[in-house]
Amino acid sequence: MNLWREVMLVAGKDLRIEARSRVTLYQVLPFGLIVVLLFAFALDPSRGVLARVAPGLFWVAVLLAALLAVSRSFQVETENAARDGLRLSGLDPAAVFLGKAGAIAVQLAVLEVALGAGVAFLYDVELRSVGLLVAAAVAATAGVAATGTLYGVLAAGLRVRETLVPLLLLPVVAPVMLGATRAWEAGLGRAASDGWPWVALLALFATLYTSIGMLAFGSLLEEA
Amino acid sequence: MPLVVRLRSAVCLLGRFPALAGVDLDVEAGEVVLLSGANGSGKTTLLRVLAGLHPLHSGTGVVLGHDLSIDRRGARRAIGLLGHETGCYDDLTVRENLRFAARAAGSDAAASDAVLERVGLSAQGDVAHGRLSAGQRRRLALAVALARNPRLLLLDEPHAGLDAAGRAVLDDVVAAAPSEDRTVLLASHELDRTRALAGREVVLAGGVARFGVAEPPTSQTSAAKAEEEEVRAG
Repeated sequence: MNLWREVMLVAGKDLRIEARSRVTLYQVLPFGLIVVLLFAFALDPSRGVLARVAPGLFWVAVLLAALLAVSRSFQVETENAARDGLRLSGLDPAAVFLGKAGAIAVQLAVLEVALGAGVAFLYDVELRSVGLLVAAAVAATAGVAATGTLYGVLAAGLRVRETLVPLLLLPVVAPVMLGATRAWEAGLGRAASDGWPWVALLALFATLYTSIGMLAFGSLLEEA
Repeated sequence: MPLVVRLRSAVCLLGRFPALAGVDLDVEAGEVVLLSGANGSGKTTLLRVLAGLHPLHSGTGVVLGHDLSIDRRGARRAIGLLGHETGCYDDLTVRENLRFAARAAGSDAAASDAVLERVGLSAQGDVAHGRLSAGQRRRLALAVALARNPRLLLLDEPHAGLDAAGRAVLDDVVAAAPSEDRTVLLASHELDRTRALAGREVVLAGGVARFGVAEPPTSQTSAAKAEEEEVRAG
């Protein structure tokens, strides 16, 4: 079986599990929407603050929700010693990494669409440069999914997994937070051209962590 | 007959504890070998070392031609392991779990349906793993191991949790292994049942194989005595 078939096999397995358990739909998505809603209550909408800080709040909500998605992705491998099954499967570790990251990215993409709609409605922002916003979201999602998968497997075998993943992941994805916020500020404003260098930075980050993940995931899975 | 397993002075540490403290073991292709010994004697660790799930900390090990100290993953595609847990996903059905394992190992989906029939789980094909009884989970774990069409089948307390019909299925699988070009190592405390299935018995005590290479037990009595000594020694 070639690499991409193995990637699709793993991603399909994770997405099927997610479709059955509906954790993203019933827990992660409501969590993200509550975060967006709380910001709306906390910051006075009448003074235009929300519209100005909407990109940052959106990406903070996405990152917090991503922590839940990453933890869930490795929790299913812990139950019934499924991780041993995965190790014994004979699948290429790089394919397992790409498959799990791909499944997390799909869940995050669904989440971003829902949270984006929530932000546009609650924060009264206008989506001007859709192409830039989508490109930044794709690159940022790939980066978060890749780093989440890498640090998720690192903490997978530990009892402190739930608290360790945020501690490891949030500092590492700070550049994604920064780049995606700047790109979205440009996309929501009138200077879209200012946003593309940030998209390039996000793409570089995603490429870097995807490459590291493909190389290191096998060893980390063995040691987890 | 070619050797499927060859261990020399194999040591595996779990933390600082030497779970295997210098095991020598040869297993030829088509053999059915029983691993016996008291709790904590290293049976499970030995099976996990052979499956490449635990590392060798010293000594040498070759499984299906792959050197364990260099390439632990190499032989995995040709190994089936029935461990204490199923290694399956609660939210996937029996058939989905089985097909995932089969496709990952390069087998086709049709073969996995045949295995489902063989272990008597056809009627539960669309039931989620999380809703199976303990015995049905055990059968599924056996099916997953077989769906990979392994050349080396590692069974850890395989009869535990199975009903009479399930035990009969398992016994058939083990008995048919040599004719299916399959080698079996099974660790068990149910010695009366498994001695009848095995061609040879290796007794583990304190992480060491007593009758591994040069001196296979010739009677049930010698193995039983060794186990009794182990139990008395604590």
